[in-house]
Amino acid sequence: MGASFVQFSLTPMLIGVLAAIACALPGNFLILRRQALIGDAISHVVLPGIVVAFLVTGTVATMPMLMGAGAAALVAVVLIEAIRRLGRIEPGAAMGVVFTALFAGGVLLLEQSDTSRVHLDVDHALMGNLETLIWLRASGWDSVIDPVALSHLPPELPRIAGVAALMAVLTVIFWRPLKLASFDEGFARAMGLPVSAIGLGLVIAAAVAAVAAFDAVGSIIVIAMFICPPATARLMTDRLTTQVWLSVAIAALAAILGYVLAGYGPIWLGFDSAVSAAGMIATVAGLMLGMACLWGGARGRVGVAPGA
Amino acid sequence: MVGFLDAITLQAGYNAALVTVGATLLGFAAGMAGTFLFLRKRALVSDAMAHATLPGIALAFLVMVAFGGDGRNLAGLLLGAAASALVGLALVDWIVRRTRLAEDAAIGAVLSVFFGFGVVLLTVIQSLERGRQAGLEDVLLGATAGMLMQDALLIAVGGAVVVALIVLLRRPMTLVAFDPGHAAALGVPVGRVDMAMMGLVMAITVIGLSLVGLILIIALLIIPPVTARFWTDRVAPMLLIAGAVGGAAGYMGAALSASIPDLPTGPMIVLIAAGLFTVSLLFAPRRGVLAAILARRRFQARVHWRQGLLSLARAEPIHDPLTLRILRAAGAIRPDGVATDKGRALAAKSLRDERRWEIARAIHQDTALTGRYDGLTPIEDVFTPDQIADLDTRIGPPQPVGGM
Repeated sequence: MGASFVQFSLTPMLIGVLAAIACALPGNFLILRRQALIGDAISHVVLPGIVVAFLVTGTVATMPMLMGAGAAALVAVVLIEAIRRLGRIEPGAAMGVVFTALFAGGVLLLEQSDTSRVHLDVDHALMGNLETLIWLRASGWDSVIDPVALSHLPPELPRIAGVAALMAVLTVIFWRPLKLASFDEGFARAMGLPVSAIGLGLVIAAAVAAVAAFDAVGSIIVIAMFICPPATARLMTDRLTTQVWLSVAIAALAAILGYVLAGYGPIWLGFDSAVSAAGMIATVAGLMLGMACLWGGARGRVGVAPGA
Repeated sequence: MVGFLDAITLQAGYNAALVTVGATLLGFAAGMAGTFLFLRKRALVSDAMAHATLPGIALAFLVMVAFGGDGRNLAGLLLGAAASALVGLALVDWIVRRTRLAEDAAIGAVLSVFFGFGVVLLTVIQSLERGRQAGLEDVLLGATAGMLMQDALLIAVGGAVVVALIVLLRRPMTLVAFDPGHAAALGVPVGRVDMAMMGLVMAITVIGLSLVGLILIIALLIIPPVTARFWTDRVAPMLLIAGAVGGAAGYMGAALSASIPDLPTGPMIVLIAAGLFTVSLLFAPRRGVLAAILARRRFQARVHWRQGLLSLARAEPIHDPLTLRILRAAGAIRPDGVATDKGRALAAKSLRDERRWEIARAIHQDTALTGRYDGLTPIEDVFTPDQIADLDTRIGPPQPVGGM
């Protein structure tokens, strides 16, 4: 746990943890509202958004990319809703049509445009580059309070920290309406809550989290963290407050364990190179969900004994 | 466009012709296989299955290398893909059955975790000496440049088997898709039919991997059936239309991508399918957006026509511009707003019908008949002339209307 840890592992690990938490928070409500796959759809359409932003601005600067991705997510949500209503198509199929078509458009644009000179490719979009978000200027734990070294932190870290904080604040502020609208939409409507605005707001918040996390860790973690930690927590408790806290803890644990296993696991096994951290984090989150499915205290449906 | 003409007539070279034929067959089979998935409202299960193929492919490669093979044997890789897709599917079912999680959460969990694990294995393969040039990343987005005769044959034979099974099993699969409870009561083995449905989808996913890749094969399973749904309410035509949409997308997409440089085949096929979907969404008769708008306009015109005539009959002034325009266009009023003879006759008739309806609804308890009163349906469409004559005797003799 010396200087090399701070240089090479601390920042990617923190970024992984914060990305996982930022996605898990809105994921709790998406799961309850049976919209879990919105995260899947959003993380696919982020690709065309980024490509279009690149084609428009001609740079790989972060802000245009994030805005392009956010806009694409919004376009996708609007299109899904429009197709569902105009075509009277069930939401799952409408989602399938929209995200595959937009993703195909993104790949096509990517191949057609001259993006070979910049680091912009599909593999990167899927798998992220968590391992490369290192903090070279750090020289040890002292650097954590050294302003010069701190100014050379990878920019992804403050960004994802901001988004994670935003998700936490939004969750606290909108706790009651979110809870009501997620469990009993009819009752929430009768109480005078703007149910569809809450739904749309949740999806937009999820899109913001997805886009910010995607930038740092790729779309695999995004989808896995939207779904696995909240689903794991949901199988362990009947109380929403407990569920949200648990999901945050599980997301953080999965990110740390996954990162460590990816970086050091192969070395312990005698191989000399690390494996994909994003993939390993998703795998660990999946294993945790598997354990909750087998032994979680609240895994059964209400009125059905667990395992019956 | 010489290149494109060559491509659609399969004259643009051996590889391009193979890809075009393969894509057409794949699109046709995928459209048909996806139809039942869509009707069963489980379209996104294909998403989980497609992503779940990745670890199987990587494991198959590692196993084959471990046994001294070159690891790129197509049959071996596809076997691995099928096996892990099956495991993924079984896990989705198991999670939904055994826990309180809904199907969407199960699908999302399986697809992200399997895909993540697959990526881990891919990085393991890349670190191996022999894995460097494995090119397994091609299964993500497909690669057509190196398509061989054996790939095309695989798609042709696999697709034909899938289509034949769909034709054979279409009755039980239709029953299960629309009403599993009823199907079970009829003695249809719902579980096994469901498994067959998923097995067919899995077969399409696996044979489509090398051509369009695991992300875009989902599109070929979902978009054609959704498109076909706009054109028909019956299963057999829907199967054929979905197959045709998928086949046309495969054919056009492959031909276009062969004739224009840097146009990847898989995305092109998907975008053509999405284009056909958009056209259907907008312009399909009855279920399309344009048809819905026109139907609304027709309904609106009928309401204004009826209310306009009643106002004429009651000698009330009409101010609504749309009502005036409709009455004028039908020759019921003159440009200055005064009713013509024809208009007065029609107005008198609609007022009389209104009165007839009033009586009919008072004396008839049969709501199947009187329930059809919406202010627009002509009374002659609901009651027989005898019944109307009977109503007229209750109304009494004709009275002048509108102070005329």
